[in-house]
Amino acid sequence: MPMDFKMDIPSSSALNEGEEKDVVFDMAILGGGPAGLTAAVYAMRKQMSVIMISPDLGGQVLKTSGIENYMGFQYITGAELSQKFSEQAQLFSIKRLQESAIHLKQIENNRFVTRTDGGREITSRTLILATGKRWRKLNIPGEELYLGHGVVNCAVCDAPFFKGLPVVVAGGGNSAASAALDLIRLNCKVTLVNYSPGWQADPVLMKQLQGRVELLDQHQILEIQGEHDRVTGVKLMDRESKREHQLETSGVFIEIGLIPNTEVFKGFVALNEYLEISVDCATRTSRRGVFAAGDCTSVPEKQIIIAAGEGAKAALAAYHYITFQKH
Amino acid sequence: MALLDEKIRAQVQPQAQALIKPVTLHVFTQELECQFCRETRQLAEELAAMAPEKIKVAVHNFVLDKAEVETYKIDKIPALAVVGEQDYGIRFFGIPGGYEFTSLLQAITMVGSGDAGLSQASRMKLGALIKPVNLKVYVTLTCPYCPQAVHLAHQMAMASPLIRAEMIEATEFPHLANRDQIMAVPKVVIDGIGSFEGALPEALFIEKIIALVNGGKT
Repeated sequence: MPMDFKMDIPSSSALNEGEEKDVVFDMAILGGGPAGLTAAVYAMRKQMSVIMISPDLGGQVLKTSGIENYMGFQYITGAELSQKFSEQAQLFSIKRLQESAIHLKQIENNRFVTRTDGGREITSRTLILATGKRWRKLNIPGEELYLGHGVVNCAVCDAPFFKGLPVVVAGGGNSAASAALDLIRLNCKVTLVNYSPGWQADPVLMKQLQGRVELLDQHQILEIQGEHDRVTGVKLMDRESKREHQLETSGVFIEIGLIPNTEVFKGFVALNEYLEISVDCATRTSRRGVFAAGDCTSVPEKQIIIAAGEGAKAALAAYHYITFQKH
Repeated sequence: MALLDEKIRAQVQPQAQALIKPVTLHVFTQELECQFCRETRQLAEELAAMAPEKIKVAVHNFVLDKAEVETYKIDKIPALAVVGEQDYGIRFFGIPGGYEFTSLLQAITMVGSGDAGLSQASRMKLGALIKPVNLKVYVTLTCPYCPQAVHLAHQMAMASPLIRAEMIEATEFPHLANRDQIMAVPKVVIDGIGSFEGALPEALFIEKIIALVNGGKT
């Protein structure tokens, strides 16, 4: 197995204790995925002072096994692409705070204060909200109880613990199909369980799964069962026949879609019925000076390349906003 | 064949040469029956070659060099102790490859700077510790969230003489992963006291550990 070595050294640009005091950044970017990182690069090229508030760099891309539809790369792993994003962003002196925003408010002179879970308060002239989405839960009995004991939310992190074991992957989209492919490589006996009729994953991925995994379409996982702190099986229901049955499994990988990380923004900017931040074609939110980009917004199609493009638009829109304000 | 490519060397070398204080990488190894011993030693030697004045490597045979094994409290290999002016208790068990290469660089940079980089509030909280603590941070090399937990644990080890912090690559030590019921990473285990999963921000991470150690709660 060739060994690879990944670098993400935030220390050179980390925000030192108290450094934020009496400082007003031109831009605070909340989120470190493709949208946030691209926004950072565009903003730095405009010589704005930028702080990125995010617990990680890469966002959902970090959890993506392989990517075949980002232009310039016929195939690249999520880890490699996020590494390239990070390297490009860190060419500039972007301040970085490895925390999450927990509260936003607008103060005098059209400035914004972001409070973080680490107790820091960051003041900025503009905000770019790019917090992405997170995996949805099944919300069934056993899911919380066995989280970390057979229930898995990060396939690339935890798949090695299930080598050679029977596993269930919940979901019918690209992320579920990718997780199933990773698990096949670890000699797992994989059952892919899709709630909806028809598979949403790209046909090219489904073709790779044919004959190598058990495909259960239109099935609902009713319960995750276990013994002695470990998952031992799931209770399933065929949604057509309503017939219930048991399936022995050591792991349940949950890949059933995403919900936006926008709870903090409720009441601060307008959200749509899916709790995504409503933006116009220039990434403007309902509040002047606040822009949003990527998967947490109402922009249709959640793709890495689209998030990156929206991040660029948001940074430029924020730059124009500040320039206009100064004059 | 070199483990680190030219691009990584170009990025690491300036950092290595900029270290303020010397760092010694104590590598514990043996010739046979150790999956990544050879690569771990090679990795340490390639890093040292980038700044020979700043980074030294000391290779110890796990079976024969009993004094060093005892001094650095090594019970499995491959093992790597990152030691500066003193031994802060910073350990890597298993090769620090993949995402954990970041953790190794962070440990070297931190020890070489002489500063753990924790906030004043965190240092004060660590002062409330009442007994020695051994933090085991289980990781996989494909886990992007793990280096954050490993580095925080190593920062705590450097800041407090009561703390020793170990990265453990779970797939290289399946018997330990099995014993500590590791099925998700990062997972922090404090022997005989408790454990928690996930990478947390500095303040929460330290609070959780202090509560576990001083409160004895799981």
